[in-house]
Amino acid sequence: MKELQGTSGLIFNEPLLWEKGKKGRRGFSMPRRDVVPSPVDEGLAGDGPDFPDLSEVDVVRHYTRLSQWNFGVDTGMYPLGSCTMKYNPKINEREASLPGFAGAHPLLPQELSQGALELMYRLEQHLAEITGMDAVTLQPSAGAHGELAGMLLIHAYHKSRGSHRSKIIVPDTAHGTNPASASLCGFNSVSVQSNEKGIISTEAVAAIMDEDTAGIMITNPNTLGLFEENIREIAEIVHSKGGLVYGDGANMNAVMGIVQMGKIGVDVMHLNLHKTFSTPHGGGGPGSGPVCVKDILKPFLPVPRIIKKGDEYLLSGDFPESIGKLQAFYGNFGVMIKACSYIMSMSSEGLKRASQLAVLNANYIKENLRDSLYLPYDRPCMHECVFSDKLQKDKKITTLDMAKRLMDYGFHPPTIYFPLVVHGAMMIEPTETESKEDIDRFIEALKAIVAEAGKDPNLLKKAPVRPKLRRLDETAAARKPCLAG
Amino acid sequence: MRYLPHTEEDVSSMLRAAGAEDMDDLFSMIPGNCKMNGSLNLPEALTEWELNALMDGLSEKMAVSPEYKIFMGAGSYNHYIPESVSYLLSRSEFSTAYTPYQPEISQGTLQAIYEYQTLVTRLLGMEVANASMYDGASALAEALLMATRVTKRKKVALSELIHPYYRDVVRTYLEPGDYEIVELPRLENGRTDISGVAGMDDLAAVAIQSPNFFGCIEDLRTTGAVAHESGALFVLSFTEPLAYGLFKNPGCQEADIVCGEGQSLGIPQSFGGPGLGMFACRMKHVRDMPGRVVGKTTDVDGRPGFVLTLATREQHIRREKAKSNICTNNSLCALASAMYMASVGGTGIRELACLNYDKTEYLKRGLSEAGFGIPFDSPTFNEFVVEFGENFKDTYKKLLEQRIIAGIPLVTWYPDLPGHYLLCVTESMSREDMDALIKGVRS
Amino acid sequence: MKEIEELFLPENVRYTEMHEWTRDDGDNVTIGIDDYAQDQLGDIVFVELPEIGATFEKGEEFGTLESVKAVSEIYMPVSGEIIAINEALEEAPELINSAPYNDGWIIEVKPNDPDEINTLMSSSEYLEMLKGEE
Repeated sequence: MKELQGTSGLIFNEPLLWEKGKKGRRGFSMPRRDVVPSPVDEGLAGDGPDFPDLSEVDVVRHYTRLSQWNFGVDTGMYPLGSCTMKYNPKINEREASLPGFAGAHPLLPQELSQGALELMYRLEQHLAEITGMDAVTLQPSAGAHGELAGMLLIHAYHKSRGSHRSKIIVPDTAHGTNPASASLCGFNSVSVQSNEKGIISTEAVAAIMDEDTAGIMITNPNTLGLFEENIREIAEIVHSKGGLVYGDGANMNAVMGIVQMGKIGVDVMHLNLHKTFSTPHGGGGPGSGPVCVKDILKPFLPVPRIIKKGDEYLLSGDFPESIGKLQAFYGNFGVMIKACSYIMSMSSEGLKRASQLAVLNANYIKENLRDSLYLPYDRPCMHECVFSDKLQKDKKITTLDMAKRLMDYGFHPPTIYFPLVVHGAMMIEPTETESKEDIDRFIEALKAIVAEAGKDPNLLKKAPVRPKLRRLDETAAARKPCLAG
Repeated sequence: MRYLPHTEEDVSSMLRAAGAEDMDDLFSMIPGNCKMNGSLNLPEALTEWELNALMDGLSEKMAVSPEYKIFMGAGSYNHYIPESVSYLLSRSEFSTAYTPYQPEISQGTLQAIYEYQTLVTRLLGMEVANASMYDGASALAEALLMATRVTKRKKVALSELIHPYYRDVVRTYLEPGDYEIVELPRLENGRTDISGVAGMDDLAAVAIQSPNFFGCIEDLRTTGAVAHESGALFVLSFTEPLAYGLFKNPGCQEADIVCGEGQSLGIPQSFGGPGLGMFACRMKHVRDMPGRVVGKTTDVDGRPGFVLTLATREQHIRREKAKSNICTNNSLCALASAMYMASVGGTGIRELACLNYDKTEYLKRGLSEAGFGIPFDSPTFNEFVVEFGENFKDTYKKLLEQRIIAGIPLVTWYPDLPGHYLLCVTESMSREDMDALIKGVRS
Repeated sequence: MKEIEELFLPENVRYTEMHEWTRDDGDNVTIGIDDYAQDQLGDIVFVELPEIGATFEKGEEFGTLESVKAVSEIYMPVSGEIIAINEALEEAPELINSAPYNDGWIIEVKPNDPDEINTLMSSSEYLEMLKGEE
């Protein structure tokens, strides 16, 4: 293999925390003791936890070495479909660590927390504008949390009308959190099939929409990277039977400044600040999943809400129909600062440009790989495209094998085996922050891997060979779980 | 724009390869009646330097320590965070990585979270911990839902001394299902009155918080026994995990599920979020536990490594039958707390917890000697209730002007306790700070 | 994944569309999943079994099989009462993969109607069905 980006680096063997250290070491500057000890009730006192004692050097080396085993967006391209792994601006980190923000207690008297309240208010305004909605809650901590909020809002809406509806329509291309969130709210998910174009047809929805259906959850663009073209008609059908339309905004990166969901029939939607709005994924979180609503759902929004009175910003709980609280305080403020900084740095022109380039990048990849990988929906895509391993079947090479081999070439694999409607799916979302050169390298890598599949499939079956570890035994991990040391 | 690398040349050549005439052509699949007219109404884009100035300005309109002496807790705590932790957390291999679904190139996150899970089980005395949830409140809601799954019952008993906002979140989560929430009242000594549990049938869970909202340490063992007698699970919630550096952990006192807020362990307060939902339970219930979990295994060469496991509980596989809908969690915050626990260490955390306890007792004594009532006589940790009296509002305001925040009035949540204030002390308060408060309330 | 020709489909049991096998053991029947099913599911990591004494109708879900990345429901080939469950599967779910017709049996049932087993497919009929599905 010619010398590509994915060469090996400095990878240390680093033991577990409790395999290091020595009793009596410390990595913490104990604050000065200026009070006398007080007796503790003997019946209540314990022995303290069995933590290792480590020096600061032990801790710093440990985590530095661990970090070197990790692939991040800052390492290389991360084309995970529907995750929007775009570049995380460093200036956002600076703003979030400002002492006035990082050190703020959430229950400060309101006149002493005007800075945070103003920031949150502004962010709400910006998100309402981007989505074309009337009101926003920043409380949900993640997309799924936002979906739960949305389901609870819809539930509350119907309850307030004396109607008890038990079903929610969920497309077959939906992310797993959609039916899971619907279930948490007591709804039964009714599946609707996508058609041969990869989108939901009006007729399919009309066939199942009734007065026992609370609404529909629709991701637009959907997880095949296709715009749900019938959304206005679908919304009309759902509305005509008294239902509401929930928009899963995970794929918002394709349409900022191009489509406002609130203007095309969506009543409530969530956004993922850690996807579209550049906040870092953190190895799994924290995220933030604000929910934007039309006026009809405003009364049910979680409390407290941020009100502006003259020049003052206030928190108010005076909303008797509110669904209550989803988080102890106001949401992931630390994440909101980063998203707000991003929006303020990009503004309308920048956000629209980002969406345009995201869609351009995805289509460029699609056209360049169409002869190497099978394209189940041969149509223009939006910000992501979906291939499958159909062309590699006769070589007994799977999407998994190709994904593992990509690691040796220096790329994080795309999303695999999702959406479920495509067998052996490979969902590629480059995002707008990848340059043409990096994308060309990615295309070249996948082409090389497809060629290897034909000539020497073992290279894929044995992959990856370059990272710290090779393929791991997930079966043993599930059969005999060892979850703590 | 520095985050958008495409040049005009790049764009033209890529449009050509993609088979599109221009940018608008790329969006031709969107029906005309879906496209917006004009552009988004957002303020003009700021340069990095303008953004800094704006954010500096906003952050300066906040009251924070050390300028202000803030004696508040109630679910958010001012503890010192070592610079080494903040520094390590900023390593972008940790912060810009995704969920570790591809374990070969995510061993950093996976080992770090496995270590976090382990430290949490040791702190709480439990058998297994997950890789985090959003916060203590939603973790409690999920714990109760888990208890209903395990026991196949629908009633839960919640102490009134659990954080009021946590109980609000529980109500919101449980509202759509036909669950029943029963409230357990408090005793005069500031603990929960569990005497009513024996008479309740069909209980899925008995939940208390310790230290509770008033700072009091509850009687875990008895509560656990009573819960188990009625066939319910004992759910223990907490907002201040540092307490378990000093007090007996819930695991050795009958707890089945332990969940709470981990913000105290190395995570900035950040106006309420992101925090850290800690969640731990018994191995026998692990298949009903929500959230991601990391397990140990080996690779094809027999080398030890880590993977996400037991994924069949989760939404991406089980969909509508998943144990929870959680996908993104608070992983980086969990990492921060692991780094903190590693830095403070076993010997250190005991010493730190004792220091916190002693400082709080100092303030308690000082206020008591100044003539103010301490109405609840159970042992406390970091927080306690003082009766300043119903005319305290003016003094409170005067102290604010002196940049001292003298606790939180309880009357908002406990209308039968006017003039009562919840105070909090941590290692970040000096003796001088506390003396200033005592002096201030005296006058 | 095995090719259809490679599948082991013994003749001493009857088959269902949901890929379960049923064996007539006199008063009771023994039930498991067949070679096609275990091959498709991959390594089984966990089995959820019903309680002894529980009763189910034909076609009802009585348990689940978990592999690393999927969960499959298992359905009753006949109506009846659960007489026994294979407790060895708790510690060794992999028996279903290695010996699906012997040590990997899942439940033993007292059928409501002892003739119902004859309505199920024979080995050759099942093979035809699989070929048709291809």
